[in-house]
Amino acid sequence: MDYLAADFVYVPTKLLVWFGLACFFTALGCSQVGTFLVMRRMSLVGDAISHSVLPGIVIAFLILSKFGKASLDSPWLLIGAGLSGLLATVLIELIHYRSRIKQDAAIGISFTSLFALGVLLLGIYAKKVDLDPDCVIFGQVEYLQGYPRVEWLGMEFPRPLVSFAVVGVTATVIVAVLYRILLVTSFDPSLATSYRYFPALVQLVLMGLTSFVVVSAFQAVGAILVIALLILPGATAYLCANRLPMILLLAGVHALLSSVFGVLLALKLEINTGAAVVLAGGGLFTLAWLFGPVDGVVLRAWRRRAGEGMEPDAVPE
Amino acid sequence: MNVILAEGLSGLSGTVMALIASLALGVTSGLLGTYVVLRRESLFGDMLSHAVFPGVVGGFFVSGWMARMGWVESEKNPLVILSCALVAGVLGALVVTVLGYTTRLKQDARLGVVLSVFFAAGIAMFGFGQPAGVNGFLYGQTGAIDATDLVLVLGAAAIVVVSILIFHRPLLVVSFDDGFAHNLGYRVMGLTLMFSVLLTMAVVVAMQAVGVVLVSAMLITPAATAHLMTDRFPRMMMLSVLFTVGAGVIGTLISGTKEGLATGPVIALCATAIFVTAYLFAPRYGLVARFWHDRSQRKRIQRENILKDLYRVLEREGFPAEGASVSAFAAERRLDPGSAERELKMLEGAGDLIRGNGGEKLVLSEEGWGHASRVVRNHRLWELYLTNEAEYQADHVHDDAEIVEHLLGEEAIKRLEEELGFPETDPHGSPIPQPSSTPPQPTS
Repeated sequence: MDYLAADFVYVPTKLLVWFGLACFFTALGCSQVGTFLVMRRMSLVGDAISHSVLPGIVIAFLILSKFGKASLDSPWLLIGAGLSGLLATVLIELIHYRSRIKQDAAIGISFTSLFALGVLLLGIYAKKVDLDPDCVIFGQVEYLQGYPRVEWLGMEFPRPLVSFAVVGVTATVIVAVLYRILLVTSFDPSLATSYRYFPALVQLVLMGLTSFVVVSAFQAVGAILVIALLILPGATAYLCANRLPMILLLAGVHALLSSVFGVLLALKLEINTGAAVVLAGGGLFTLAWLFGPVDGVVLRAWRRRAGEGMEPDAVPE
Repeated sequence: MNVILAEGLSGLSGTVMALIASLALGVTSGLLGTYVVLRRESLFGDMLSHAVFPGVVGGFFVSGWMARMGWVESEKNPLVILSCALVAGVLGALVVTVLGYTTRLKQDARLGVVLSVFFAAGIAMFGFGQPAGVNGFLYGQTGAIDATDLVLVLGAAAIVVVSILIFHRPLLVVSFDDGFAHNLGYRVMGLTLMFSVLLTMAVVVAMQAVGVVLVSAMLITPAATAHLMTDRFPRMMMLSVLFTVGAGVIGTLISGTKEGLATGPVIALCATAIFVTAYLFAPRYGLVARFWHDRSQRKRIQRENILKDLYRVLEREGFPAEGASVSAFAAERRLDPGSAERELKMLEGAGDLIRGNGGEKLVLSEEGWGHASRVVRNHRLWELYLTNEAEYQADHVHDDAEIVEHLLGEEAIKRLEEELGFPETDPHGSPIPQPSSTPPQPTS
């Protein structure tokens, strides 16, 4: 992490805003999609997808470099990643439904295979591919300044930031548009069937959406920490609210706060930005766990002492 | 002791050390993976592999500090690193459990939260300087393992093996039914904690071989493969160990053949290849075996239905010695002559049918009689059972009896007959035949 120390000797405010915006847009898209993963008990499918997009990215990159167009902010990488993310979900279903292997093991088998394939391709073509294995693990928000700029409203932004913004906003809009369908299929599958919402199709759309947001998160915080951006906002919001619109809103707030605090923390402690954003998010989660208005440990202890009402129905699985 | 062992080991060549490490990896991951897969806690292992990471990084710091103080000799003391990793792993498991008791979050979200936050903490600790050996844990290092690492790996493996030998039975009982284990007087909490500790050790060993992310490949894939091969737990353990060692050794050798082939991913992909082979070709649970089984099952049921209808035609005509006509058979099966001919060909091929009189008359062979009378008997006994015991209406029983008659074996039928008091006719008044190889006496 030497480059950090070097870069942060003097950090212009502009750069700081870029980092913050990049993290926020990434986290925003992830938080909206991830909330539904949490509600559907599919958090770890999200984890699997976040690892499985790697071979798609590498293969798309290799094909692009054949045509001399290789660039890390090409939309083709999104498509490659989306396809391999979907491949992971197909593999999980194949293993799970066609054999006696349970879903948890099927998830493990699929994502490790695809991730291993991705790392292997990365190793073999390391010289051709301008992808650093460290980027895959750690993300590369810090490299933003190295990219060509685009101008907008009289201000200039690095190109990846624009694609982060597009992905984050698009994902949020799609979730808003599909809100009702996602809500019904998540909580009442039989009602969804009677509305002809096709739960299997909705599931596929959600997985596609997950792959879509995962790719930009992958570039920002790295393969392993994507799961944090997907799960932490939704999990935190779930501890603070009961109604889904509120949960989605709070998840968005969590994305914003953890990005801001994360970037500041990274600057202060001179640590990896992705890890710092996740730590900030983890801190917010802990706060919600202790003091959350619905599920908070302190609140419940106080309620119990006051003898108010019944114990909330928190029964571990 | 460590130092002596390390010196002894350092005489070995790199490949031999890598192979020994693969062996240790196979034993630890293979054994514990079996429990993990059967407990349906595969992703618990994934969580541990990430949660252990800050412990490993911290272990390097502590070990470096202790070396500077002169308390240990090496900056990379395996015992210190392993202890710190254990603390982090158990802490992670504990947080998952406590979150379960205090919030509404489901297991998957809890694992995701702990996994990512712990791992982020580990990476954040790089801010204090990235210890030299940490990359070995992050990406795996079987190819470049040294004697100190080997001591760590072998030590952890030894503890895991000895613990499983001693506590095999309690661990098994707790894995399958913790309520039952409690009633047997086992300390469920203690055993669960012990299991977490052992699993953390296996995870630390596997991390050295394949890196953080691919630990799951070592823990889950071989055990799941073994689960496809057998129903018996000890055999599953042995197979799981075998597959893990196989993947480790083959992967290490393959990755040695070419520059740029990272060992960890190659080992993981070898495990996947073994899994795919079993997924397709496992003797009982493989895709191919089940396809053939389903196919032969369908064929058998079809054959039994044809025989039953032929029997009915013969019965209606009073079991004439010259047999039934093809047209009567086709009418009973509600088939056009072409399809009826195909079905008859099938029976003939199976040796159930003898065609007389230029193919116009149908007589059952000895084998055919045995089969047909057994199926008709099953069908009528079931009809009787469903009307008498399950209180079906007599005109509703046929369809259900049609399904169940093919499924249960000779033993169940005997019990059924006993239960019903050896009846002679079914609810519709037709006689229930005894299994025989000759046609019943003509009724008229």
